[in-house]
Amino acid sequence: MSVDRLRQLAHRDARPRKIKADAGTCPKCDSHYSADEMQRNLRVCPACGHHFPVTARERMEQLGEPGGYVELWPELRAADPLQFTDLKPYAERIADAEKSTGMGEAIVCAELEVRHQPAVAAVMDFTFMGCSMGAVVGEKFARACDYAAQKGLPLIVVAASGGARMQEGTLALMQMAKTVIALDALAEARVPVVVVLAHPTTGGVWASFASLGDVTYAEPGALIAFSGPRVIEETTREVLPEDFGRAEAQLRNGQVDDVVDRRELAERIGKVLHILRRPEMEGNGSTASPALQWAQGGAQKVKSMVGRIRPGSTDGEDA
Amino acid sequence: MSDRKSGGRFVRKVADKVRRTPEAPEDDLWESVQLARHAERPYTLDYINRLCSEFEEMHGDRLYGDDAALVAGFGRFHDRPVAFIGQQKGRDTNERTYRNFGMAGPEGYRKAMRVMEIANRLGIPVVTLIDTPGAFPGASAEERGQGGAISRSIQMMWRLDVPTVAVVIGEGSSGGALGLGVADRVLMLENSTYSVISPEGASAILWRDASKARQAAQAFKPTAANCYRWGVVDAVVPEPEGGAHTDHEQAAEILDQYLYRALTELSSIPAADRRRARRERFRKLGPLRDPEGGMGMAAGRETPPPG
Ligand SMILES: [Zn+2]
Repeated sequence: MSVDRLRQLAHRDARPRKIKADAGTCPKCDSHYSADEMQRNLRVCPACGHHFPVTARERMEQLGEPGGYVELWPELRAADPLQFTDLKPYAERIADAEKSTGMGEAIVCAELEVRHQPAVAAVMDFTFMGCSMGAVVGEKFARACDYAAQKGLPLIVVAASGGARMQEGTLALMQMAKTVIALDALAEARVPVVVVLAHPTTGGVWASFASLGDVTYAEPGALIAFSGPRVIEETTREVLPEDFGRAEAQLRNGQVDDVVDRRELAERIGKVLHILRRPEMEGNGSTASPALQWAQGGAQKVKSMVGRIRPGSTDGEDA
Repeated sequence: MSDRKSGGRFVRKVADKVRRTPEAPEDDLWESVQLARHAERPYTLDYINRLCSEFEEMHGDRLYGDDAALVAGFGRFHDRPVAFIGQQKGRDTNERTYRNFGMAGPEGYRKAMRVMEIANRLGIPVVTLIDTPGAFPGASAEERGQGGAISRSIQMMWRLDVPTVAVVIGEGSSGGALGLGVADRVLMLENSTYSVISPEGASAILWRDASKARQAAQAFKPTAANCYRWGVVDAVVPEPEGGAHTDHEQAAEILDQYLYRALTELSSIPAADRRRARRERFRKLGPLRDPEGGMGMAAGRETPPPG
């Protein structure tokens, strides 16, 4: 089925999608908000700017045009290759997460438009088992890369994860390799990757695709680290500063391009995608680099410009 | 003795063991974990010094510093140049501290990438030896980009045009291990472990109790036999009877044979095909639920490791 057809279907299916909106109290400034206010404010406290967590589907609604995203591969589900049990069997944890979140897995992939810029988005959802990365997250992410590359669309990644999904053991670790390798499809297609780091982005997710964005934004206050503060304090007995690993500190450390308020995020992503867009991306298929486009399209224009500046001489500038 | 040296028959013995014990008993698993980090077990430099007739170690990442937890350099292996890179543990207290227990920081991974880049440019195969409880968890490592150093090391290994072999020689835990693990062939020593996290780390996080490491090891099943069955590694390298720590010379000799064979095989494959196979190899790892078959999902293969 074509994506256009999917898009039509998606529009027909009871749009706009109803998203569960919880009432809440800001942990930072104790302001109270109704469910509607929370959703309207993109789950950012208007009083102090605290960023609450956002589910993947709500995030799609925030980034995309109203009512317009087409979810990809929602049918993929986790297996239990180790028959793993810690305090509870993994199979049971998965079933609980599916029930409580209404999601199939911890990542949602979709095709959408962000401020009129078509893109593919892979958005992680912290409510589904801490958005740990197992085989399904790895596979959906890899498919999103292939799909975006094939269509010549940029990829937007919203990361939020506790790291690799331990219940899938060594195979979960391998998803780091799988996702990093998959990103190169976009490099070959010459389309950019924008990564947004939401709270928290840690462990194997930060040490794989989340740290490989071409443009990397972080949400205010997001913890971004390979090892969390507790593990570091226990291992090294270091006393860590209050803002250790937080987005603002990681901006100072040179690990992200900017800290962007969620209320400006769609605008910023749209802007950077517009700047990076090649003329060909509107039509079909050419993967000629912008440099080559300059060489091809620009030569004639340069000639006439130089002619205007120095009448009678269009060559021999370095003489 | 002679069959261990020749490798082949010994491998079949290991393979038989793999088939006979689908669920290794708890004691065996814990024994594996203990053997994988035995204090007398050969470490990266113990192997390199035996595998290479000459070895020149490189130091520093040219950005910040030199990381003693990860060694990298060029050696002469069967009269050809090969880049060797691996985490290095220490044997006594001083050396352990100096080597930071084999936990590399960003400088380590960047040194590794520097050596990989040279190897790739000069057409020299890359061999990595994995032996780490994980990448270093420290504030300074985070500030200097531990996550990005590991992800870029993974990315660089995947992009290399030259043949690559990774060997888990002891303890392969977490992203710190995988940072050196993306290769055309991944081998694992018989008594080594390869896991998403150390048993102690898992115990603290999943059981919320530091004393459940044994139980965690049982749940993760991080042995060579299981990793082979999952398709995570391509071959299990046998160890001298009782474990590699009993005879460093022989352990290195067996590894020598496996490396030589892997590099010879890989060198005959065109670079583009090798990279395609490398991508496919990692792409297919990670079973999904069969929509018909419920949760119980057996991964991997039935055949014994290639001998
Ligand atoms: Zn507030």
